[in-house]
Amino acid sequence: MNHWIIAPVVLPALLAPLLVLLARHDLRAQRLLSGAGTVLFAALAGVLLAQSSSGEIGVYRLGNWPAPFGIALVVDRLAALMLGLTAALALAVLAHVLGTGWDARGRHFHALFQFQLMGLAGAFLTGDAFNLFVFFEVMLIASYGLMIHGGGRARLRAGVQYVVMNLAGSVLFLFALGTIYAVTGTLNMADLAVRAAAIPASDAALLRVGAVLLLLVFAIKAALVPLQFWLPATYANAPGPVAALFAILTKVGVYAILRLFTLGFGPSSAASDIGGTLLLPAAGVTLLIGMTGVLGARDLGRMAAFSVIGSIGTMMLGVAVFTPAATGAALFYLIHSTLVAGALFLTADLVRGQRGSLSLAPGPRFASHGLLAAVFFVVAIGVAGMPPLPGFLGKLMILDAVRAVPGGWAIWAAILIGSLMAVAGLARAGAAVFWETTPEEAAAPSQPLALAGVAGLLTVLVGLSLAAGPVSAWLNAAAASLYAPAPYIAAVLAGGAG
Amino acid sequence: MSLLLIVILPFLGALLPAVLIRSGRGMAAAGAGLATAAALAGVLAHLPRVFAGEAVVARLDWLPALGLSASFRLDGLAALFAILILGIGLLILFYARYYLAKADPAGRFFTYLMLFQGAMLGIVLSDNILLLLIFWELTSLSSFLLIGYWSHRPDARAGAVMALVVTATGGLVMIAGMLVLGGIAGSYEISQIVKAGPAIRDSGLYPLALGLILLGAFTKSAQFPFHFWLPRAMAAPTPVSAYLHSATMVKAGVFLLARLWPALSGTPEWFYVVTTVGLVTMLWGASVALFRTDLKALLAYSTVSHLGLIVMLLGFGSKAAALAAVFHVLNHASFKAALFLSAGIIEHETGTRDIDRLGGLRRLMPLTFALATLAALSMAGVPLLNGFLSKEMMLEEAAHTTYLGGVWVLAALTTLGALISAGYSFRLIVLTFLGQEREDYPTKPHDPAIGLWLAPALLVAVVVVVGLFPALARPLVAAAAGAVVGADMSGVVLKIWHGLTPALAMSAIALAGGALLLTQARRLQWAGVALARLSAPAVYAAIMTGAEAGARRLSAALHDGAMARSLAALVLVALAAGGWAFASAGLGPETRAMLPVPPVVAVGWLALIVASLWLPFLHRDRLLALVLIGIIGLMVSIGFIYLSAPDLALTQITVEVVTVVLMLLALNFLPKQSIAEPFALRARDAGLASAAGLGVGALIYALMRRDFAAPTISAYHVENAYSGGGGTNIVNVILVDFRGYDTFGEIIVLGIAALVIFALADVMLRRPALRRLIAWTPDQPRAGDAHPLMLVVTTRLVLPVALMVGVYIFLRGHNAPGGGFVAGLVVSIALVMQYMASGLAWAEARLRFDYHALIGAGVLIAGLTGIGAWFAGRPFLTSAFGYVTLPPLEKFELATAMAFDLGVFLTVVGAVMLALASLSRLSHRAHHDERKRGETG
Repeated sequence: MNHWIIAPVVLPALLAPLLVLLARHDLRAQRLLSGAGTVLFAALAGVLLAQSSSGEIGVYRLGNWPAPFGIALVVDRLAALMLGLTAALALAVLAHVLGTGWDARGRHFHALFQFQLMGLAGAFLTGDAFNLFVFFEVMLIASYGLMIHGGGRARLRAGVQYVVMNLAGSVLFLFALGTIYAVTGTLNMADLAVRAAAIPASDAALLRVGAVLLLLVFAIKAALVPLQFWLPATYANAPGPVAALFAILTKVGVYAILRLFTLGFGPSSAASDIGGTLLLPAAGVTLLIGMTGVLGARDLGRMAAFSVIGSIGTMMLGVAVFTPAATGAALFYLIHSTLVAGALFLTADLVRGQRGSLSLAPGPRFASHGLLAAVFFVVAIGVAGMPPLPGFLGKLMILDAVRAVPGGWAIWAAILIGSLMAVAGLARAGAAVFWETTPEEAAAPSQPLALAGVAGLLTVLVGLSLAAGPVSAWLNAAAASLYAPAPYIAAVLAGGAG
Repeated sequence: MSLLLIVILPFLGALLPAVLIRSGRGMAAAGAGLATAAALAGVLAHLPRVFAGEAVVARLDWLPALGLSASFRLDGLAALFAILILGIGLLILFYARYYLAKADPAGRFFTYLMLFQGAMLGIVLSDNILLLLIFWELTSLSSFLLIGYWSHRPDARAGAVMALVVTATGGLVMIAGMLVLGGIAGSYEISQIVKAGPAIRDSGLYPLALGLILLGAFTKSAQFPFHFWLPRAMAAPTPVSAYLHSATMVKAGVFLLARLWPALSGTPEWFYVVTTVGLVTMLWGASVALFRTDLKALLAYSTVSHLGLIVMLLGFGSKAAALAAVFHVLNHASFKAALFLSAGIIEHETGTRDIDRLGGLRRLMPLTFALATLAALSMAGVPLLNGFLSKEMMLEEAAHTTYLGGVWVLAALTTLGALISAGYSFRLIVLTFLGQEREDYPTKPHDPAIGLWLAPALLVAVVVVVGLFPALARPLVAAAAGAVVGADMSGVVLKIWHGLTPALAMSAIALAGGALLLTQARRLQWAGVALARLSAPAVYAAIMTGAEAGARRLSAALHDGAMARSLAALVLVALAAGGWAFASAGLGPETRAMLPVPPVVAVGWLALIVASLWLPFLHRDRLLALVLIGIIGLMVSIGFIYLSAPDLALTQITVEVVTVVLMLLALNFLPKQSIAEPFALRARDAGLASAAGLGVGALIYALMRRDFAAPTISAYHVENAYSGGGGTNIVNVILVDFRGYDTFGEIIVLGIAALVIFALADVMLRRPALRRLIAWTPDQPRAGDAHPLMLVVTTRLVLPVALMVGVYIFLRGHNAPGGGFVAGLVVSIALVMQYMASGLAWAEARLRFDYHALIGAGVLIAGLTGIGAWFAGRPFLTSAFGYVTLPPLEKFELATAMAFDLGVFLTVVGAVMLALASLSRLSHRAHHDERKRGETG
């Protein structure tokens, strides 16, 4: 039995209560434990990445019950990739938090952080639709706690919207699961693939309702238009490092869509058209709405939030055509956009700490002005998807992969116009924050300059650019196996107990 | 030297100034210069092979899946541009060392300049159009930094953003063009694309690819109507203008047209589009330049004009025209960079570059006068200078090219262009240097030190030497032209005297006309005013501000934080998408009969509906709404009982109690009435809610009238609950065993929720929220007796009983309705009652364990129970159970599931109590202060 698969869930799940139980009055102990735990978490993710690179599908049957009767965890390349991405982002965010002292501004930051990691790991690793719901709940409640960390009127207000919208999503999730179970009698995703494929189109109305509701749940998480309303205020008002960590949360929605609509509602089921039909237009509009927000934002935090929406639109355009090449390209862009969004929020947090405000109006020169300007410039290049950061390559790959799709020109237009809006918005923002200064003196920095997180993320991004060849080959293999799910299904349903 | 190293050298050189600036700007410039010189030496070393018609190549795979490779190729064209980039780059670095003011951050300047240099070098050496795109965008980015270098100046900021937006637009369009082109050619390698020329031109996608690529090239090379960013970019320091905006970057578009010339040229589309755009740009730029008084603006528009000239030549599609184009690239770069640097000297030494405030500098700055005049005369096309040679070739070609059905059209228009060009060149010389010396120069003019004049002097030397001995430039120009047209051009001859040709006559007309124009300048002022009115920047500004304002309004209006909108969107989308999904496939027949409805059930159903319907009407009264929600919950519990689900019913009812209590506590702090909405909104919401409710009802009805499509997994649970899980209560076995992992997750959710409530309350107890809390006064009268005796007595009597019930429910859970979750809730309720009856202080004094610890311990116990299975070599949460007999007790079961359930129990109790205690702390604090105020007041 390969216990490595469950370890990324169990580690934070035990570390967090330990933090609450033993270290809740001792911030230093919390930092030490949380830091060590996150490093270990990253190591575990690395192990799973290495294990899955051969294409082997790892299955872990909880309680030793055979699938589909118990809950099974499944790790394939995609799951391991998302886990690795989570770990990379988490390390950077934690470094930033420790450097800036964000964790001292409220209670239980580290416990909530670890629970967040647990939720993410659980969601990526599970092979069971209901279990996915459970981990969505873990993520939601932990992220709400992190989001309102430190309090403040605007933050609490935005938090209410976040939690209400996502609870509505949870309700919808239950409806969807109820429907799917009532039709197919199973919750295991691999089993669902088998059973859904057996339902003829003449009898598939209810199955399709279940699929579409599920899609909407994931669309809320991914903040696809018109379900994106909650995101800007949430991300803009969350503490900077928390918003940076949230960059991976939207990708959970993307991941879940990719997983369910290549597996459970894959090409052989009577619900297979749903993903493409609904997602493609939604993704295009999402991209444009997001970049419109970037162009029109009055403050750097909101600009960063809208850039997340825009990047979701871009990668979803790649996902929504549901071909291996486009999916591989979208995954490449996903890695980039997650890390760069994290870097943008961290940079914005550093600027706020020094400048006092993120408003795109002239402000004072501040300490580390030039350094932060340079950092922002590089990060903005990444956000806009310009070279030499890997977003440019990701976009090229998406454009290349969708050229044969009917209506591909519209995808091209959306991506290119969106990029232009991002360039214009970011250039304006950079000029306003870093170039247009007022003569007065800046107040003393409200937090230390902690560059480790941003620097780490940018290093990974540069590495991704350089290693684009092997990485994209790996991702294309990951994508290809999504569209040939037979080994996955066989691995999950094989064997019985043991 | 490998091409890879040559391309990387400038980027490495970009790091040096940042490091060396501490040793002074001289060192920083030297570091950058060293890298440039090394790269230049590398290029020069390859020249013999290039002149022999070979190409030097280097290649690394980068992203094979896309067709992107780091492949570089040095042929004649690339060599010409590389020498311009690195050679002029070297001069610019030297000049800038002396040009920049003390206050300017020089290290940053050199770094930006080297970044640009590397990007530009990358463009000309790329043998892969995707790689070229990457460097293309890098030049846009680095020029943004250079133009905005004096960031305190508004015109620098605006110019930088404008240049970036315009060239990035072109770059993005070109991405599409390159992808289309690569798609047609089947490769992104330029050497392959060039070979596929006929196939490309025959393809149906050719016009699309051509249009997109041309747009990209035209924006970069400032062709009409995208020229307007270039004059604005003059806000950059003069060395930047000389380097980027005359010698190199603006020639990137020209370079690209030349590079793809064999693949794209030779069609009527190419001829008419490229020639026309070039021609219009040439005339337009020259006309505007004629009236500019800012030296740099004049030079900028003249650059626009000359770029138009080169583009037009490439448009002709003939080999001789391509030769002329390439030659003019070299000549223009030399005389225009010299002119920019001279303008920089003039501004540096006189404090202005407005020719209306200059004049008479001939004697004050003789050296500058000599240099600028030679360069300007070359620009005018005066014989014995290099500008004359290429212009002559241009006029010769124009005179032989049929355009719009006639040979004379181009001949006339190009002569006109040359004429105006001569006019503004003469005007520059006359108004700056000739005429009376003035008394009112901003600073006293004099010739600069060698640091500033050396670079333009060397450039002027090129102007003169090539002008006098054109054969010296022949190998390079021939190799470059050969690379453009893809043929051996080594036989060409560059010479001054071609005999009495039409071109000579045209040239003479242009020079004479130019001189005439100078004398008539005052009479033509009206034309200058009219031209100034046709302002492209105004159009750009209108578009940009319009787009920004529109974007701001749209996104602010959409994302104003209105919760109703986001929920309405969700409901609408769910209904529409669900309806579509339902309607777009067949629905199987109903297989289950309706059950009979006994009267009692009907009554319960009615109560449920009435309560639900009432809620919207009464929801403004929050207390009443809570009561109604309680009723609904109760009816749902009863429904569970009726449908034989006692576990669910137990859970539901206990959860209901706890929730209502906690909500009551929270309600204490809220207004008792919610804000009234307008009727229209309420009607809208009512409609949406009804639609959603009916939709869900319909869905459930449809589901319940049909059997599962396949046997469900629950049959397995029924069979294995006892044999495999050791329990007869299947629900409990599912919770703690089959799907114990879900339960593990859910208790964590509960635990986190309590921690969040605690953290939230904690923040409220800190400044500045604390002030609001203290200022809070209850909006309802307090009960006279906070702790009524009867309640106190009853709850204290009930406590032990309730605790026993909790233990009982916990223990029986595995085999009968109950379990850790319900037991936890029951015990919590008993404890909550103590708080309610006897108050926080009393209860906390007696409950001396920390709820945090309870939560932590609960989750830990559950988790560790799961891990325990590892030691038996089983997966997480694998249960084990056995039966023991301990006299005098009966035989009973021990299962690991019980330990897990204990974890559940502890977490539930801890979570509920922590939530309660947190809310109570708030209440207590507020109440406490209120009492204190009462005492002091």
